[in-house]
Amino acid sequence: MDFYYGMAQIVGVHTLLGLSAYIVLLTGQVSLAQAGFFAIGAYAAAMLTVLAGWHLVPALGVGALAGAATACAVGFPALRVKGLMLVIATLAFGEGVRLFFFNFDYQIAKGGIKVGPLGGEGFRQIRFFPENGWTTADVMLFIWVFVVTVMLILWWFDRSRYGAVLRAVGEDEVAAQSVGINLTVVKVSAMTVGGAIAGVGGGLYAHYTTHIEHSSFNVLVATFAIAYPIVGGLSSVLGTLLAVIFVQVFLIEGLRDLGDWRNLLFGALIVLAMNLRPSGLLGKARRA
Amino acid sequence: MLDLKGLSRSFGGVRAVVSLDLTVGDGEIVGLIGPNGSGKSTTVNLITGLFPPSAGVVYFRGEDIGGLPTHKRLQAGIARTFQNIRLFGQLSVWQNLWVAQNSPEERAGRGFLTRWLGGQSAARAEIEQLLEFSGLHLKQNELAGNLAFGEQRRLELARALAAKPKLLLLDEPAAGMNSEEIGQLRGKILSLRERGMTILLIEHVMELVMGVADRIAVLNFGQKIAEGPPAEIQADPLVRTAYLGGEA
Repeated sequence: MDFYYGMAQIVGVHTLLGLSAYIVLLTGQVSLAQAGFFAIGAYAAAMLTVLAGWHLVPALGVGALAGAATACAVGFPALRVKGLMLVIATLAFGEGVRLFFFNFDYQIAKGGIKVGPLGGEGFRQIRFFPENGWTTADVMLFIWVFVVTVMLILWWFDRSRYGAVLRAVGEDEVAAQSVGINLTVVKVSAMTVGGAIAGVGGGLYAHYTTHIEHSSFNVLVATFAIAYPIVGGLSSVLGTLLAVIFVQVFLIEGLRDLGDWRNLLFGALIVLAMNLRPSGLLGKARRA
Repeated sequence: MLDLKGLSRSFGGVRAVVSLDLTVGDGEIVGLIGPNGSGKSTTVNLITGLFPPSAGVVYFRGEDIGGLPTHKRLQAGIARTFQNIRLFGQLSVWQNLWVAQNSPEERAGRGFLTRWLGGQSAARAEIEQLLEFSGLHLKQNELAGNLAFGEQRRLELARALAAKPKLLLLDEPAAGMNSEEIGQLRGKILSLRERGMTILLIEHVMELVMGVADRIAVLNFGQKIAEGPPAEIQADPLVRTAYLGGEA
């Protein structure tokens, strides 16, 4: 049973990662920075529980704030670039964050051993869950409380005027400006919300794996983050969840028995899915 | 209402608009005509601030609005339609009007949360009126991208009106319309004038512009070559040359 709970944990955290890219993608921005915000949330929350002895919930809150603040700061310069240039700029930011943590040492002695992030060695002993006696099922439920809450908030956004404004900007920036929409506010706010979601996801990730290092936040993670909403489609948050299940459960776990063939099939199936459902797994088919 | 003084814009070596002076008085309908590439759409883009002028000033209600970004100019009261329709095709008809409600009263009357997250009954009533005006009330839940061409034009006009503008810039609103649709458009423009709307009408279709404009200015190669009442413009030899070619 623990295997399935573990699976659900992975799906939950990756859904948060995908949703953080989803809201940014609604405004037409393809961001590869989400792994960076994810990393910042992970390190911030883990340092607070391990080094400062905080409870996990406020630590996740700070992780979300750290992700949001960084995303807001990235959002302003990102306004100046579009399309491929934005992809490159955000990719550079994500790699910058990863390299920062590759070089980041901050260890203190606690109960005879040194704890804290140690550069390339990573950050071990993130033991909030085992120390407090949480079972895998508890952790899984805890993660899913956050996933469901974020999905409900984004779903509510989507039905609100704000959601329509995000999509309007994503479709046509010139028209959006011309009907009085402030592009700066809309794009930076979407980036900020995305950063907060990635920050929470990162905090949860750090605690269920108990060990993080710079390579947990590489460009592959950034690619997954943006691939989920693209594969799932932008018609609703459920598309992103479905894409995470498709990739993490069906492709990665389901094809495990195939050995080396898995990697080949993995790519082929994503291409097939995108060809069969060009506007995403849950995308609306648009009449010509 | 609108005063252009010495407005110029070059793209590389191409002088799209050259030292244009143009005044649009309160409640007036001014036609701006000229052959393709004569700088009409560039003029609209300069007035709405999509790009800055190379020289010259745009005064709106007596104030220089050169420092305002596009969305602030809309909020100040300048709305436009596009020559090539630019609706939000993946949004419904209703949502296209909803996101365009950005007049100052609208913004002041709503708190941050209601403005972004909620609808309000007054705003809803206004959308209903706009749907009625454009004859799209039965299609309010359709995606804008799925509407027929004429319907898209009507929706774009309604979307411009959603911000309760004082000045409306119509960039070739009759392009691609048949004469029945042009007749309906003429009716709409005249009913807007009755409500006190000031309109700058950029148009190719003479049938429309001659019938509704109080005054017409003619552009050729970015320069104003004539200005006056429709009858005078029709008789002007310079204008005839610009449109038909040949020696002046």
